[in-house]
Amino acid sequence: MAILLIYIVVFVAAFYAVKIVTKTTTSKKDYTSLKTVTFGDESAVSPNRAASIISVLSIFMIWAAFTGSKLIPFHVPGPFIGELNFTYTAMNAMGETDDAQVTVVVYDVQSGKIPKKPNIEPGKGFALNDSAKIVAWRSGLIKVKRNDIGGKDSGYKITSINGQKISPKEEIFIDNARIFMTAKGTLNFVPEKGWQMQPVWLPPPEDVWSRLIWVASEGYKNFTLSEHLGWSLIRVVVGFLAGALIGIPLGYAMGLSGWFRGWFDPIVEFMRPVPPLALIPLVIIWFGIGEQGKIILLFLASLWIMTISSRAGVSGVKISKIHAAYSLGASKSQIMRLVIVPNSLPEIFTGARVSMGVCWGTVVAAELVAAQKGAGMMIINASKFQMTDLVIMGIVLIGVIGYAIDILMRIAENYLVPWKGK
Amino acid sequence: MKGLSIENISMRFDLKNGNSIQALKDVSLEIEEGQIITVLGPSGCGKTTLLNIIAGFLAPTNGEVILNDQVVLGPGAERGMVFQQGALFEWMNVRSNVAFGPRMKGMPKSEQNEKVQHLLEIVGLSDFEDKAVYELSGGMQQRVALARCLANDPDVILMDEPLGALDALTREKMQGLVLKLWKETGKTILLITHSVEEAVLLGERLLVLAPRPGRIHKEYKLPFAEMGSGMDLRDVKKTEGYTETRDEILSIIWEMEEEIMGKVESN
Repeated sequence: MAILLIYIVVFVAAFYAVKIVTKTTTSKKDYTSLKTVTFGDESAVSPNRAASIISVLSIFMIWAAFTGSKLIPFHVPGPFIGELNFTYTAMNAMGETDDAQVTVVVYDVQSGKIPKKPNIEPGKGFALNDSAKIVAWRSGLIKVKRNDIGGKDSGYKITSINGQKISPKEEIFIDNARIFMTAKGTLNFVPEKGWQMQPVWLPPPEDVWSRLIWVASEGYKNFTLSEHLGWSLIRVVVGFLAGALIGIPLGYAMGLSGWFRGWFDPIVEFMRPVPPLALIPLVIIWFGIGEQGKIILLFLASLWIMTISSRAGVSGVKISKIHAAYSLGASKSQIMRLVIVPNSLPEIFTGARVSMGVCWGTVVAAELVAAQKGAGMMIINASKFQMTDLVIMGIVLIGVIGYAIDILMRIAENYLVPWKGK
Repeated sequence: MKGLSIENISMRFDLKNGNSIQALKDVSLEIEEGQIITVLGPSGCGKTTLLNIIAGFLAPTNGEVILNDQVVLGPGAERGMVFQQGALFEWMNVRSNVAFGPRMKGMPKSEQNEKVQHLLEIVGLSDFEDKAVYELSGGMQQRVALARCLANDPDVILMDEPLGALDALTREKMQGLVLKLWKETGKTILLITHSVEEAVLLGERLLVLAPRPGRIHKEYKLPFAEMGSGMDLRDVKKTEGYTETRDEILSIIWEMEEEIMGKVESN
């Protein structure tokens, strides 16, 4: 909740800051800046690149600030770490009272250094001083009565802490901690947790980075990082190519022949809305968890998309183009090769882009279910060992690769079908 | 016998709701080689159907089309088509578009290039060979379409509202070009249009079709095409008889349109 609020504040603050900066620094009068009607004019809305940069930076900053990263100088308050004292007042069975001091050491278990319980002088009176050590972000029971003289008597109880009255099932706050008294009168000590996330939930960016370096050099579970990612990619490419190899001719046949369309329409229309992930169980039952099963799953994921897009590409050809080609003396095979195929390429490319995206998502999911190597296997395995940094690293890499695939497809599209949309 | 003859063509097709449409009824027409004929009529009079039958894309329910003593049974290279727009192949550059017909015939590459260069010169697009067609303006694209059609050296050129999508100024220029091509190549041209002005200017013979069923309502023999191939079209429009002819045809078309509207309203 706090993070969301901070994010909104950053969003709004950055908006006004950028607005003021651009107002004072630029006096450029391009065509769009002269438009008086911009609200509702889609062509007047272009992405503000400053906003994009600040957006990425702010996510990174918030991440770093909430995980106590060493990369940036400012953080939200972390958990209390160090030593703190409080005094409790006990009343024994006879109704006498006495004070004793408790020293608590709160330490960070991630640092690897586990401190010893401090040695404390017992002090005078029947209530004796105590010490305890508690891991940051956690809580612990401190049985202060245990060493007290007469502490096990039934009437012996703690009445106040640092002068504040306390009774069972009540809690009080002292500096950097909250103390709750259980029903049986034991103190549950909760050191201040701060706003930072525990590394097991969200590790700081540098941990993720060093995990990347580590995995890149050491590998993970018998395979190097590039083997994990490479295998995922190979599965996608092979599955996609197989889908395209069958799907494109099938789509052409459906676009050109009524018999083919009638025959395959029910199958394609039924299979198209079935998410490929729903096929995983059946594919595993039929083909096992090996490479064969995964490639068949990806083949099925891309097959329908490629079929439908190439069918749409064929049906989308303007009849006047076909007529023109016939009038110029083209034969059926020439029309196929020189008119129908090139005319359908833009649609096929759109299908290929969608299909590659779906395949990439499907391969990761399939590897989550069962695999010995692959990006999905890597992160599901890491999550079992609570290696959150590796999980996040994997997710980032999967995202980057998915984005890269899309960009490559777009470049190929611009290069191969420059007439698209014109 | 050279020339195009259309003999008693009728076209009737059934609709899904059980009704049938008589798109054309007993249309007969003799076109001599080298004539330019424009066809005019209110929407729904079967102009495009007639053209598609001559081109061989549709088979008439009755009658036949005979070109140079051969019955037309399907599309063929001897009948070139120019469409309104968007019939060029965007995946080919200007040269490949124009050379499409010769390439289908298996003409050697060097001859193709020569032909393309020559034709582009005629249509006023020299040095545009390597341009992509989607980079060209609408008027230029239609010039390419004309050149592509001519490259095949057809006996008859069928034009289906070739200038319909162009702006008025470009259209006027293109009308001049059509007349120039007609004069220079001596091709038989059959041009369908919505514009009365265009039909009067370009048609050596002008056919007015009437709708429901589509039939030839009236035929005019006009001198303006012959004039236009030698002089500015604006001057042609100033010659005696032009305005009168145009207005007469316009009122016929208007009458027909009103009649159609009346029928629709009374339904």
